[in-house]
Amino acid sequence: MTTETPRGLRRLWLEIGYSVRGFFGTFGAGQLFLLRILVNMPYALARPRLIIKQVYVTGVQSLVVIMLAGFFVGMVLALQGYLTLSRFGAEDTIGMVAALGLVRELGPVVTALLFAGRAGTALSSEIGLMKATDQLSGMEMMAVDPIKRVVVPRFLGGVIAMPILALIFSAMGIFGAWLEGVIVLGVDEGAFWSQMQAQVDLREDVMSGVIKSFFFGIAASLLAVFEGYNCVPTAEGVGRATTRAVVHTSLTVLVLNFMLTAWLLGGN
Amino acid sequence: MTGSGTDEPRAPAPAGCPGDDNIIVIRDLCFAHGQTVIFDGLDIDIRRGSVTAIMGPSGTGKTTLLRLVTGQDLPDRGSVLFDGTEVTRMSRRELFRMRKRVGMLFQNGALLTDLNVYDNVAFPLREHTRLSERLIRHIVLTKLHAVGLRGAWQMMPSQLSGGMARRVALARAIVMDPEIIYYDEPFVGLDPISMGVVVRLIRRMNDALGLTSVVVTHDVDEVSSIADCSFLLSEGKVAASGTPEMLRDHHSETVTQFMTGMADGPVPFHYPAPDYGDQLLTRSDR
Repeated sequence: MTTETPRGLRRLWLEIGYSVRGFFGTFGAGQLFLLRILVNMPYALARPRLIIKQVYVTGVQSLVVIMLAGFFVGMVLALQGYLTLSRFGAEDTIGMVAALGLVRELGPVVTALLFAGRAGTALSSEIGLMKATDQLSGMEMMAVDPIKRVVVPRFLGGVIAMPILALIFSAMGIFGAWLEGVIVLGVDEGAFWSQMQAQVDLREDVMSGVIKSFFFGIAASLLAVFEGYNCVPTAEGVGRATTRAVVHTSLTVLVLNFMLTAWLLGGN
Repeated sequence: MTGSGTDEPRAPAPAGCPGDDNIIVIRDLCFAHGQTVIFDGLDIDIRRGSVTAIMGPSGTGKTTLLRLVTGQDLPDRGSVLFDGTEVTRMSRRELFRMRKRVGMLFQNGALLTDLNVYDNVAFPLREHTRLSERLIRHIVLTKLHAVGLRGAWQMMPSQLSGGMARRVALARAIVMDPEIIYYDEPFVGLDPISMGVVVRLIRRMNDALGLTSVVVTHDVDEVSSIADCSFLLSEGKVAASGTPEMLRDHHSETVTQFMTGMADGPVPFHYPAPDYGDQLLTRSDR
């Protein structure tokens, strides 16, 4: 027993050490990968069709999911807001509450989480399968850098699509809140819109959400293409990379959201 | 030999395939995957304009050899010369310059799945040249016609059979008019008709376009019908080299086993294992 405990402790420390080293190794590799993307960006920018196609794949094809999710999140916000605010006779402000909650926090964050599940997994698995089927090696052998031709357009497509998706999410959320608050619960429509118009600031509120979703776009797209590009080129490896992309993106978005919120609020 | 590129003394050229105009010269090549030694002092010369077969049992490193020759992997030791230039010391830019002179046919074709047949074949031209779309169309249709698939130009890779995919990949490999084409297991999984078509195409392309072809395979009969020279790899070295006839008449047990397809021999049927009886009687979870 006395010898077992130190051995167990040593193993635990070793495991922690390997995990920490692995984390920083992956983190560093991710930064280098981002650098390669930035260096190769002019190639993709000179071929806008490649980027537009990826905006379509990551953005337009995610629209239904984003719009439905935004609509129901807005309805729930209005319902919960009404129940709480009506205790204080302030139910007229649910339009403002829903709008602020959506454009500042829920819009960017939930969109990024949904993006990780819908578009991020598609990016990781697509690039991973390209690797497993020698398409990336084939490009290398045709003297075409896969980072330029495959990775950068997909990364840029995600970065461009994310803020637009977040704005659409928020707009649908506000529509859902209006439907639930005004049509179902009978909140005064004039108060609903005028409170929102008076309290939601374009620069401070809407732009802070856009800035957040831009950074989330970078994080989600980078992690998706990084995991796909560096996966083990087997069916199992592609599956693992896809799972890792979702998990890492979700955690990164939540941590990043706190840091960005602190930064943006600190600026006021 | 076409040139050395290095000042170090070289091992003599391997016997069996004489010729001094070699486009590829491999000397003392050593490469290991972890503890597993793949090559241990490999020497190969590939004559310009020939069809050269690299043969060997599964796991002897045939595909690895192609990766080393094309600079996709770096050897632990040794030299690989492509047209007199050392591949192992090339920068990424130099490698890409070399690869523009090279075509490669992957085992599964490696066609880009989001592009149709036409766009796949046009891909290298659009990436590396500033030719007009009209001229690109002419070149692509010419190459597709050469492999017999001009009529399939609109099809997507998912709609192609294995043989068709390989022919499209062949059209793509020759679209930039390379000097040398590497074929990685081009006959695997093909029906007899498709195999016959691919076999004839390799020889015909080689002669008509003045190419050099390197065919990595373990299909002895197919490749023997078109190869000018064959190398048989075993245990990290060249076990035998020469014309297909010379390999068939070889007296080495390793060569005989491979050429005749014997189940047991120097390459044993059983993977190394402890004594059967002992293993059955030993208490174990597995």
